[in-house]
Amino acid sequence: MIAHQQRASMGSDHVSHIEPRHGWVRLDLRELWSYRELGYFLVWRDLKVRYKQTAFGALWAVIQPFTLMVVFSLFLGRVGGIAPDNIPYPLFAFAGLVPWTLFAQSLGGASNSLVGASNLIQKVYFPRLLLPASAVASYVLDFFIALGVLGLLMLYFAFPIPITIVWVVPLTLLAVATSLGVGIWLAALNVRYRDVRHAVPFMVQLLLFASPVAYALELVPVQWRGIYLLNPMAGVLEGFRWALLGRESDPPVDALVASLVVTTFILILAVGYFRRVERTFADVI
Amino acid sequence: MRDVVISVEKLGKHYVVGQQRDPYGRLTEMLWGLIRSPAQALRRMRAKTREGIWALSDVSFDVERGNVVGVIGRNGSGKTTLLKVLSRITEPTVGRATLRGRVGSLLEVGTGFHPELTGRENVFMSGAVLGMRRAEIIRRFDEIVEFAGVERFLDTPVKRYSSGMQVRLGFAVAAHLEPEILFIDEVLAVGDADFQKKCLGKMSELGHGGRTILFVSHSMPAVLRLCERALLLDHGRLVTAGPTQAVVRAYLESDLGRTSERRWDNRSTAPGDDVAQLRSVRVTAAHGYPTDEVDITEPIDIEVEYWSARTDTVRPSAYFHAFNGQGVLLFASSENSTDDWRNLPERPGLVRSVCRIPGNFLAEGLVSINVAIATYNPERIHAVEHDAVAFYVVDRTSGEGVRGEFVGDWPGVVRPKLPWTVTWIPKSNDVASEADDSSRTLGDRQWSIGERFGTQGE
Repeated sequence: MIAHQQRASMGSDHVSHIEPRHGWVRLDLRELWSYRELGYFLVWRDLKVRYKQTAFGALWAVIQPFTLMVVFSLFLGRVGGIAPDNIPYPLFAFAGLVPWTLFAQSLGGASNSLVGASNLIQKVYFPRLLLPASAVASYVLDFFIALGVLGLLMLYFAFPIPITIVWVVPLTLLAVATSLGVGIWLAALNVRYRDVRHAVPFMVQLLLFASPVAYALELVPVQWRGIYLLNPMAGVLEGFRWALLGRESDPPVDALVASLVVTTFILILAVGYFRRVERTFADVI
Repeated sequence: MRDVVISVEKLGKHYVVGQQRDPYGRLTEMLWGLIRSPAQALRRMRAKTREGIWALSDVSFDVERGNVVGVIGRNGSGKTTLLKVLSRITEPTVGRATLRGRVGSLLEVGTGFHPELTGRENVFMSGAVLGMRRAEIIRRFDEIVEFAGVERFLDTPVKRYSSGMQVRLGFAVAAHLEPEILFIDEVLAVGDADFQKKCLGKMSELGHGGRTILFVSHSMPAVLRLCERALLLDHGRLVTAGPTQAVVRAYLESDLGRTSERRWDNRSTAPGDDVAQLRSVRVTAAHGYPTDEVDITEPIDIEVEYWSARTDTVRPSAYFHAFNGQGVLLFASSENSTDDWRNLPERPGLVRSVCRIPGNFLAEGLVSINVAIATYNPERIHAVEHDAVAFYVVDRTSGEGVRGEFVGDWPGVVRPKLPWTVTWIPKSNDVASEADDSSRTLGDRQWSIGERFGTQGE
């Protein structure tokens, strides 16, 4: 009886207005928060489905960056001057590949998140931002597993764990924000232009060469560095290397600031674009 | 005091036709156009947004708390668009609506199901998608599973469920939603007959619980049974609103309710699945042409054409239900009792089945036909089209019909012309006393059988 009354009173508070919106629509954080449980379920579903009926399960989170690390080490590790001499090359490559994998996987997952859920979008309402956001979040768990393996690798190479490791936390946030920004934008674009689905894997491959994953940022000629740093992942990757393997050298301040600025810019534009076209998703998808 | 929980004012939804067609290749087309002649391309882009259709226009109505309102109308009349706009799946182009209370929408059975997840996991997933809190799902979990009757398969991936089980589980989750306003779209078109009944029962329970429900349906019996009030839509406009009986009658008796012929030339839009799909449904009278008005003394042919993926084990068969204007099911008829159907070649192809309804059988008034194609053992419905065709039976009181020379109201849902044997009884006492004796002995015998049953039981 009491529960019923509570619900009734809650209901009278709960008034929703449905009307056409025009132009840019602000981000409704309160609504997103009220749907947090659905977000949690979407992440949970993505993880369950990803590793169901697989023999290796969550090991797949590590297999990909680890294999790339081995390949890089075999072909590039012998070449001198591509990475600092005082860091074992496998460790150097893996420290870049862990955040890179987060970015690459998130982009793939997020860009297909809306089209893959077209049935849901046409049948039920919820803030659509949850879909790309939960796709990215599901890869963050993979990222933590890979990060654990990186720790083991550091122990194996008897690399001292530095104090700067605390910077991994804000750097992870930056990596997530970058993935989220680009992912949200691609997800919304993919609803109208399925070209995105073909372009993303290709773009990620190209970006791998335009990011300091297999090589150090120092290798980029000084006159190109400004343009190079427009790639927000450059700062993230250099930041991770510095925090984990930097041996208390100076942090790559210019790269980090550039990454922060570009990421903020992308994120704001992406959310704005997403909110603007969101209202037609159900009609166009 | 009127307690309005759904208030809709001049709601309209415009669909750009060009927008829905061909989402691929538009980018390149647009860019190429922009390069070649920018002014023309821009003009064309602007023009594109103007053409299109109003799936909903100038719709206004209020719904009071606790009302169960049926939304009826032909296919493409805007019923589903109305629900989509109200449940915020798509935005209206003009107008506004105000909803007071937690809103839940049920536009499909099994929303949020993922085939790889188990039944248990999908209950949580679907519940969350439909707006239930985790705690709420946990609290009602046992109830949901019991309603669906899938206890034994809870940890089996849903992809291994039969389609009937999936539907049952999907509906069970939805039936346990606790919103104050619920939108339901034609979810009863699926599932077996028993489960449909169970769903209808559950829904009327929901209605009595003080919940406000908007229910889109093609099934006039369901609307008549569940809804106190109804809205009739046509071409996106609200035609009438009011007590269900009156609105349903208005629908069935207007031209909206009548069609003598339906065709689906394009298989992608035809009702059905990969086992069977409808191609056409027709009503023809004696002259052999489609008609929506037939004389009560004339036979009527119901012709169904369908694509059948028939093999030696998969044997789809067509059947139909005939309803009258009050939504009463008059009768059902199936081709699968015929030799013609049994002897069909066991390979995929087109099938034309014609059922003749004899003259002097139906009553006057509107008759609407629901057509479906099913396979049996286990029973599965592959295609269904509600109100596929509808026609008017007229009695011209020519003296040939059942009513003979009587011109008043003739009761009954059918009006078969039955053979009567009429003879003159000569006056005789013997006949009457004989009949009296036989009835008494019969009564005694029945009594004794009943007694013996009773003692055996003890």
